[in-house]
Amino acid sequence: MLSHVRKKDVLLVRLTGELDQCSASGIRRDLDQMLLDPRVRHLVIDLKDMPFMDSSGLGVILGRYRMMQERGGTVSLMHLSPQVKRVYDLSGMARIIPVVEEKEAAE
Amino acid sequence: MRTLNHMRLEFDARPENESFARIAAAAFAVPFNPTMDVLSDIRTAVSEAVTNAIVHAYRERGGVITLSAALLENGVLRLEISDQGCGIPDIPQAMQPFFTTQPEKERSGMGFSVMQSFMDDVQVESEVGKGTTVRMEKRVFEAEVKN
Repeated sequence: MLSHVRKKDVLLVRLTGELDQCSASGIRRDLDQMLLDPRVRHLVIDLKDMPFMDSSGLGVILGRYRMMQERGGTVSLMHLSPQVKRVYDLSGMARIIPVVEEKEAAE
Repeated sequence: MRTLNHMRLEFDARPENESFARIAAAAFAVPFNPTMDVLSDIRTAVSEAVTNAIVHAYRERGGVITLSAALLENGVLRLEISDQGCGIPDIPQAMQPFFTTQPEKERSGMGFSVMQSFMDDVQVESEVGKGTTVRMEKRVFEAEVKN
């Protein structure tokens, strides 16, 4: 489940629910559909309404990062719940996919 | 060590049961007043173990997963997630961070690392062709010290 808004070359996607292996394929498909838009250079994933994520979610995020990297773009995350943050921190992915504040994402 | 409470669930290895399993495991611990962080850790670790059974042990072709939980009088929750799937040929390798046999499916290879990080103890027993059992422990409350 997700909603999105595009401003210039920034696509802001808000995910809702829980991100596990069960929901991963649907979220991956929906994100990829949005990323077909060649104007999108920067993907910001808002996890405010996604309180739970397991390592299946890491795979989804990393996969989108690789897609954006191929077109010279970026991926960033915001509003991580404490549980999501713990899983994310463990992965070390924050080095390549930063967690940003709302203000930074809008810039 | 005396067992205060015990439960055992058997369910199909279907993705929609990942959520059921993690909620059931956390709900079992609730009467012992764990913190929200402890409940969150249990949910996350169970989600990883059940996902492994579905996607690796049974290769998404279905099977049966057993989840059992026991609360011991020392305040430790003992969880066991078992399958009768393909088994793990090299357990130390499978437990390495980022190791995955399915990179093309965007698996992160972080399942066991998450379990080890979120639980106090994780043990894996597996036999190729017969199945895998993941045993995990988490302290959910501090037992009173008897003088």
